[in-house]
Amino acid sequence: MNARVLDRSLLYGAAVFLAVWVLVPFYLIAISAFTPQAKIFDYPKPLVPTSFSTDTMQFFLEARGVLPSVLNSLLVAVFTIIFGLVLGTPAGYALARFRFRGREAFQVIVLATKMFPIAILSIPLAVTFLQLGLYDNLVSVALVHTAMALPFIILVTGGVFVAVSHELEEAAQTLGCSRWGAFLRVALPLALPGLAAAAIFTFVISWNEVFAATILTLRTRTLPAQVLASLATSPLAYKFAGGLFMVLPAIVFIFLIRKYLMNLWGSR
Amino acid sequence: MRARTERFLPFALLLPSIGFLGLLIVIPMVQALLLAVMAEGGGLSAENFQRMFADVNFSDAWRNTLLLLILIVPLQLVLALCMALLINSRFRGHGFFLYIYAIPLAISDLAAGILWLAVFTERGYLNSTLQNAGVITQPILFLSFDNLGGILTAIVIAESWRATAIVLIILIAGLQLIPRDFFEAADLFGANRLRRTVHVVLPLLRPSLQSALIIRTIFAFQTFAVVFALAGRNMPVLAGEAYTWYATNRNEHIAAAYAVLLLGLTIVATVVYLRVLGLREAEVQR
Repeated sequence: MNARVLDRSLLYGAAVFLAVWVLVPFYLIAISAFTPQAKIFDYPKPLVPTSFSTDTMQFFLEARGVLPSVLNSLLVAVFTIIFGLVLGTPAGYALARFRFRGREAFQVIVLATKMFPIAILSIPLAVTFLQLGLYDNLVSVALVHTAMALPFIILVTGGVFVAVSHELEEAAQTLGCSRWGAFLRVALPLALPGLAAAAIFTFVISWNEVFAATILTLRTRTLPAQVLASLATSPLAYKFAGGLFMVLPAIVFIFLIRKYLMNLWGSR
Repeated sequence: MRARTERFLPFALLLPSIGFLGLLIVIPMVQALLLAVMAEGGGLSAENFQRMFADVNFSDAWRNTLLLLILIVPLQLVLALCMALLINSRFRGHGFFLYIYAIPLAISDLAAGILWLAVFTERGYLNSTLQNAGVITQPILFLSFDNLGGILTAIVIAESWRATAIVLIILIAGLQLIPRDFFEAADLFGANRLRRTVHVVLPLLRPSLQSALIIRTIFAFQTFAVVFALAGRNMPVLAGEAYTWYATNRNEHIAAAYAVLLLGLTIVATVVYLRVLGLREAEVQR
């Protein structure tokens, strides 16, 4: 065996090993969640399941509070996407199109916000929301999620509008469009795929967020808040099925936006 | 007139986000401070901080949070660096592997905790595998309250598994900024792969490593749901205490004291990293 072949096989060996490390927990939660409830406590368990059943998943979905919490999670995510895109798209556009005083300062603010532990702030915010009558309200959760997602939305939309040629917009303006019309008819349609990616990433942030959602709600729980609040009292079957249920949409969505991952986390 | 609107347009476009972030970040920060230094009856007092420091769980929470930080962050950096360098060698199919390595990016810390619970629970897959292989004759209690080492290991593995993906993406983006010529030049001078990595790639990757380090450290202070999923209340951490004081003990003043402590730690960690890593960069340039 020559050195080159050895080199190649080491490379692929390492790549496959790391892929297995990432994938195995998904496989194990999937077979756990589709194990019949009666067999959850079997020991030792086989690594290849001998029986398949949806009754564990059913048990989870029929458990008290779960379906409403799924609906709440979806609503919070939709509110967050709307708030986030409405606030963030103009900022992304400004960063992409204009050189102005304070541009660098704004970029620093965006990056600092990306790292800022916003979830922790839900404690003082809960007190404020309580006074304003917004406590235990999906909109207040969505507001906090918007603050978390906003820097990412600004970065992605900024990148998207940079890629849409400025000259097209100017051409539309010389042909009689207003600035706003040129944006609506030329830049926005071309930017739609990127905006969709920003929306999907926002969904993932909101769907996954636990701390703020738990602090800010009492009865109107989102799914992660519901699962977290019942961790101490729920049986393993509930946890496993809940784990898989929380993970599945996230995997699908990250697959859809894989092209944009570098824009989201990569830029400094 | 038109030139004038053009000049103010960018600021008008930024105003909504700046205003929003001010409302949702700056005001609550001030409020957290006020809540933390306010006695329950009103008036300024250090009482909340004193009660926080004196709490039975405080020193454990403090120790556990730092321990997790020290164990998890370096592990993630090394693991992500290995993945990133592998991907960056651009072998056939590297795009596929990058997608696989990035999947945990979409997983919450709560879900990650539950996924690894299936592995580490008493009748879980780790014990099952060991038993089937004949290594053990009865299950090991990895997550029992008196097995702190076991709990710690499980959390470190779950968090390393989940959040390495974020570091990976940051490092890959950094590697893409390094011109391919640098790698080829190193080849020309006969640098082997290890030396090339240490002497060419790592110094150029320093800004990315720095931001990955800062982001991960800040997030490690907030570690919470993964701990609750794997260990329940057997392993107190700072963010978990903040949650418990707010949600269970219904004392927003002490919860706010924890919030202020966590914000303070975030700021200190960021400044320290920027100082230490920034200074070294200056030395290199000299």
